[in-house]
Amino acid sequence: MIDEILTIILDGAIYASWLFIVALGLTFVFGVLKILNIAHGGIYALGAYSTATLVPIFYSLGMPDQLVILTMLVSALAVAIVITPIMERGILRRFYGQDEVLIVLVTYAIYLVLEDVQKLIWGMNSLYVYEPRELLGALQFGSLYYVGYDLALIGLAIFCGLLLWLFLNKTKSGKIVLAVIHNPEISGCMGVNINKVYLAAFFVGAFLAALAGSFTAPLISVQVGISVAVVIESFAVVIIGGLGSIPGAVIGALIIGMARAACVHKLPEAEIFIMYFCMAGMLIFRPKGLFQGTQARKI
Amino acid sequence: MKFFRHCLILVSSMLVSLIGFIGVTSADDHKGFKIGVVTFLSGPAAEPFGVPAWNGGKLLIKLLNEGKVPAPYNKKGFGGMEITAIPIDEAGGATKQVQEFRNLVQRDKVDAVLGYVSSGDCMAIPSVADELQALTVLYDCGTPRVFEDASYKYVFRTAAHAAMDNIAIAKYLIEKGHDISSIAGINQNYAWGKDSWKDFSVSIKKLSPNSEIKNELFPKIFSGQYGTEISALMNSKAKVVHSSLWGGDLQSFILQAKPRGLFKRTQVVFSAGDHVMPGLGKQYPEGVILGARGQYGMMAPDTPLNNWFYKAYMDEYGVFPAQPPYRMVQGLMGLKMAIEKAMDKNGGKKPNKDEIAEAFTGLEFEAPGGLVQMKLGNGHQAIQPHAIGKTAKDKDGNIIVTDIVRYKASCVNPPNGINAVDWINAGFPGADC
Repeated sequence: MIDEILTIILDGAIYASWLFIVALGLTFVFGVLKILNIAHGGIYALGAYSTATLVPIFYSLGMPDQLVILTMLVSALAVAIVITPIMERGILRRFYGQDEVLIVLVTYAIYLVLEDVQKLIWGMNSLYVYEPRELLGALQFGSLYYVGYDLALIGLAIFCGLLLWLFLNKTKSGKIVLAVIHNPEISGCMGVNINKVYLAAFFVGAFLAALAGSFTAPLISVQVGISVAVVIESFAVVIIGGLGSIPGAVIGALIIGMARAACVHKLPEAEIFIMYFCMAGMLIFRPKGLFQGTQARKI
Repeated sequence: MKFFRHCLILVSSMLVSLIGFIGVTSADDHKGFKIGVVTFLSGPAAEPFGVPAWNGGKLLIKLLNEGKVPAPYNKKGFGGMEITAIPIDEAGGATKQVQEFRNLVQRDKVDAVLGYVSSGDCMAIPSVADELQALTVLYDCGTPRVFEDASYKYVFRTAAHAAMDNIAIAKYLIEKGHDISSIAGINQNYAWGKDSWKDFSVSIKKLSPNSEIKNELFPKIFSGQYGTEISALMNSKAKVVHSSLWGGDLQSFILQAKPRGLFKRTQVVFSAGDHVMPGLGKQYPEGVILGARGQYGMMAPDTPLNNWFYKAYMDEYGVFPAQPPYRMVQGLMGLKMAIEKAMDKNGGKKPNKDEIAEAFTGLEFEAPGGLVQMKLGNGHQAIQPHAIGKTAKDKDGNIIVTDIVRYKASCVNPPNGINAVDWINAGFPGADC
């Protein structure tokens, strides 16, 4: 029994970590730019593809194995550097202040374009990059073996969440971002360059999406269509936690991760339904999510 | 005289136009045979199924048109008629496919439609095909319900349905003396996964009544993350784990389960596990029992027709053909044989859909994967021999399939008129093994 509970907690934590890394960028971009970015899934897929492309090149150069993590970070960074000016400066900036539904449709259109970009660049064949997953070996918990890489994802998720929280709450730049989140007009009047903050925030969101794709690539076969499930599940996380809330994303990911793990182990028939059950429950009893605090009305 | 000359010019012009018109009509009628080919060209099912299938189809159509296929397929095209194919992407769901089907039949005026990987599409298309009286060949999908729940005049399926895959694996486990005292399954949560698990678990219970079902997992299709499911399967300590996962889901499952030792701890069986072997290469685990939905790829029979096809595909694409190209080629060969049989009967004219449908019903033809017999569904549904094997490593570390057991079509397919699950529950009456 203890073994089973430990397994559920561990499986739930690994899944929640993955979900959190994906959802963190989505919720941050919404918090700052007020954009529900469906193209987030497309950027995630580009991160996975770029890693699946760069890592084999890394190995072919005979570099030390440990540096492969650096290559994965670089590939995520490269995606964010390329995609941010195109998406934020080139397209989204023209729609700020427009109807939210219109912006959602624009990001959906970008998502579809990104799907085709993947096909154009990488074709229809699957790519594999399983080597980084072998880096940390396997660890035994109870009667089960877990891959060290999967467990390291928990550390990565904590690191990403903590870093973003510290940046926002403990640095001057972070406080400027918080000011923009709170009231862009007043922040602008106080001399804050809103456009630069938006660009930087979108860059961070894109980097986190690409990072999630990059670190997921060793677990899966990288192919067209991998972003569909990601978009749906990360949306569920931010709906449960509250749009724009980092602590909300933590709790949302944990709720879905743990509930899913418990279902797979104890009630497999409910696994497909549990995420929607959590989401529907939240929408009924707390429509703005767990961490969407009361907002002052602007006059 | 002038009037006579004008009349002559007018009549001559009319005659020339008429002859030209007849010429064009006859060229259209007798020189070509237009088919719509529907398979996944985008989305997650494209890389493992649609694209390799269409690669095989394209290659065969080209070689048939050039007359370079060995006997009995050595007549050019279909009975001398050049084959023209219109490829259509199957992605988008059944509603879209019904519209695409109507477009092919009513707008593009194809002579036949060959297609459909998805069981959902195979359930949606046949009633429309019969309504439009359009000759349709289902080449791949697995659900047994197409001809078990209904009957159609113009619809044929040239590959065996999925019951065979799971019955054969259950028989293999028994014959090879594997411990089947407990079983578990991980199958996708839709018709294919549910039907596959049902056929397998019921077959095991019938062959070994004391066998216990430990765990039945049905993750959603294209889930991609299986860490929790792998823990649950390992915790269940089942002696056999069955899966009908396919494509990217199967690849991800293998990549995630292998380092955790699932394949060493339990006997894993994949009912349709061959098609990811070219992609995964040496990452494919050894010791896995697998089927290929027929005698295909590494389990194909050593016949001149198969050896020719295997080599032609390898030469063209640099990779061995797994089940998808075999099944599309099987569909095209069945259609060719039906057309040529109808032409033999009508004196060599281009046959109409009724003549082809009549010739197709109950047809038997040799394909690279063995003899295909249209025996079920009142002559509209194929049965075929099957093979199950086990993966191992050769001396270079490449994954190969060994320990292959071949099953006659009549051993692992129900007889005409009996539902597959009823046949299993009844203890496989009339099975000729």
